[in-house]
Amino acid sequence: MRRSTTESRALQVMLIGIALVFLAFFLLLPLIAVFGEALKAGIGPFLDAVSAPDALSAIKLTLLIAAISVPLNLVFGVVASWAITKFQFPGKSILISLIDLPFSVSPVVSGLMFVLLFGANGWFGPWLAEHDLKIIFAVPGIVLATVFITFPFVARELIPLMMEQGKDEEEAAISLGASGWQTFRHVTLPNIRWGLLYGVLLCNARAMGEFGAVSVVSGHIRGETNTMPLHVEILYNEYDFVGAFAVASLLAGLALVTLVAKTVLEWRFNLHGSASH
Amino acid sequence: MIRVQNVTKTFGDFAALHGIDLEIKPGEFVALLGPSGSGKTTLLRIIAGLEFQDGGEVLFDGEDVSSRSVGERQVGFVFQQYALFKHMTVAENVAFGLSVRRKGRPAKADIRARAEELLRLVQLEGLGKRYPGQLSGGQRQRVALARALAIEPRLLLLDEPFGALDAKVRKDLRRWLRDLHESMGLTSIFVTHDQEEALELADRVVVMDHGRIEQVGTPEQVYMEPASPFVSNFVGETNQLPGGVHARPHDIELVGEGGTPVLVDNVFRRGGSWRVEGRIEGHDKVVEFDVDASQPAPKLGETVQIRPRRVREFSS
Repeated sequence: MRRSTTESRALQVMLIGIALVFLAFFLLLPLIAVFGEALKAGIGPFLDAVSAPDALSAIKLTLLIAAISVPLNLVFGVVASWAITKFQFPGKSILISLIDLPFSVSPVVSGLMFVLLFGANGWFGPWLAEHDLKIIFAVPGIVLATVFITFPFVARELIPLMMEQGKDEEEAAISLGASGWQTFRHVTLPNIRWGLLYGVLLCNARAMGEFGAVSVVSGHIRGETNTMPLHVEILYNEYDFVGAFAVASLLAGLALVTLVAKTVLEWRFNLHGSASH
Repeated sequence: MIRVQNVTKTFGDFAALHGIDLEIKPGEFVALLGPSGSGKTTLLRIIAGLEFQDGGEVLFDGEDVSSRSVGERQVGFVFQQYALFKHMTVAENVAFGLSVRRKGRPAKADIRARAEELLRLVQLEGLGKRYPGQLSGGQRQRVALARALAIEPRLLLLDEPFGALDAKVRKDLRRWLRDLHESMGLTSIFVTHDQEEALELADRVVVMDHGRIEQVGTPEQVYMEPASPFVSNFVGETNQLPGGVHARPHDIELVGEGGTPVLVDNVFRRGGSWRVEGRIEGHDKVVEFDVDASQPAPKLGETVQIRPRRVREFSS
C-alpha cells in the first residue's frame, strides 16, 4: 500500500544511511577519540591527570560557576516566563527578543562586552579599582559571562509550555482564595516541573561547557580562574595530550549524562502530557 | 444583592462594554445571553474580579468591591474548560479552597470530610482519589462545581457551563444544576450563547449585544415581548415580514383567503407539526411557519395564504 508520503525504498535507505554516517563521523568518532586518547597510556596516567592540583581547581571552579549561575537563571527564567505568559504589558515582545539575545550574539562578543563594562579601561573600571573590586580576570566575571550565555535556556523551555497551558488554572486558584505564592507553588510549578527540569539540565550543561565568553573574561590564571574547558585548551597547547583528553573526557561524560537525563525527561514529559488529556 | 453600575471596559481599541447597569437579587438564577463578542463573558469576569472595569462600580450588598481581588470577593467561578488542577486528585481539587485558607483554616480531617460531603452533593462519591484526566466531561464539570462551592461563595458564576459537553449530558446537567441552585439557595449567574439553555434555566435573562444590554426580563418576557429586532432574532426563531413586522413561526396560521400569499419551497415534519418554508410572493423574503400535523401538509410549489396571529413591530 502506498501512502501519500511514500518514498522509494532505496531513497529511504540512502537517507537513513547518510544520517547514520554523519552521526558516526561527527559525533560518535570524536567521542571515542576523546576517551581513547584519555586512556591511551592506561588508567594510571588518566587518574593522575584528573587529580592534578590545577585540574582539581578547574573542576572545582567549574562546579562553583554552575552552582551560582544555574540557580540564578532558574529563578530568572521562571520569573520571565511567568511575566510573559500570564500578564499583558507594553514592551513584552522586546523582552522576548532580549531573552534570545545571548543565542544570537557570538560568545566572544558577550565576553568582550563585560570587559568593556568592568575591565580596567571599561566604564566601571576606575570605580571598581577605587573600591578594590575585581570582576574581570576573576570569578565574578566568569559568573557574569556564564549567566549571560546560559540565560535563555530555562525561559525558552518554559514560555511555549506556559503559553499553551494558559492561565485558567491560576485564575481558578486565586478565585478560591490562594495567594500569588500559593498559586505558583501548588498550581504553576507542578504544571511546569518537567519542562523546568529539562531547561535547567540544558542550562547546566552549557554553564559547565562554555568556552568563548569565559575565555575572554577569565584571564586564564592557573589554579584560580581556569574552568575545565579553558584547562583543556591550556594542557593541549602544552602538548600534554593525555591530560587534555582526560579532562575533556570528564566534560564529555557530563554531556552523556545530560543526554541520558534529557531523554528520560522527554519520555516522562510526553507520558505525563498525554495522560492529562 | 449584586449591583453593576455604569460599567465600561475597553481592550485596546475594542470597547467590550458600554455602560452596563444590572441588578441581581439574592437567590436569582440569571443568564447572560448573547453572541460571541457581545461582552457577556467580560461582564461575568468583571463581576468575579478576574477582570477590572475601566469605569463604573460593582457593588456586593451595597459595598463597592471594585478594588477587591477575586480571592477577596468570595465568588465561586466555574470555568468553561473547568480548569481543574491536573496533578491533584479530585478530592484535593475540591479541598483546594479550604486548604489554602490563611485565616481560620479548618483541620485536615475537617477539610477531608467537607470535600467528601461536596463530592456526595455532586454525585461523585468514591471518585475522590481519581485524577481529572480519568473523568468524563460531565464528571469534570461537577468537580469544578464542587470545588467552587467549597468556599461557600456568596455568588456562583459559570462561564458557558455546558459548552464543552455533548447534547444528552448537557440536558441532564442543566436540570441538575437548576435543582442544586434551588436546594442550596445560591445566587448564580451564567454565561451562554445558547438561547434554549438560557430560557430553560434562568429566572431572568440578560440579552447582550455589542457590549450593551438589549433587554432584561423573564424568559417569557424576552421570548414573547422582545424589546428590539436583535432580541427577536436572537431569542427563538423569527420571521421578518415586510414593514418591520416580526412573527414567530408558531404564530403564523394558514387562512383560506385574504392572507399574504406564500410560495411553498419545502415541507418537513418537526415533532407534532409540519414546518413549512416558503417565499412571500412579490418579495424575496423567506418565511418559516408551523402547521399542525393533524391538517394536510401544504404541497411543494403550491401558493398558500398566511396570516400572523401575533406580531411585534419595530420601527426601522
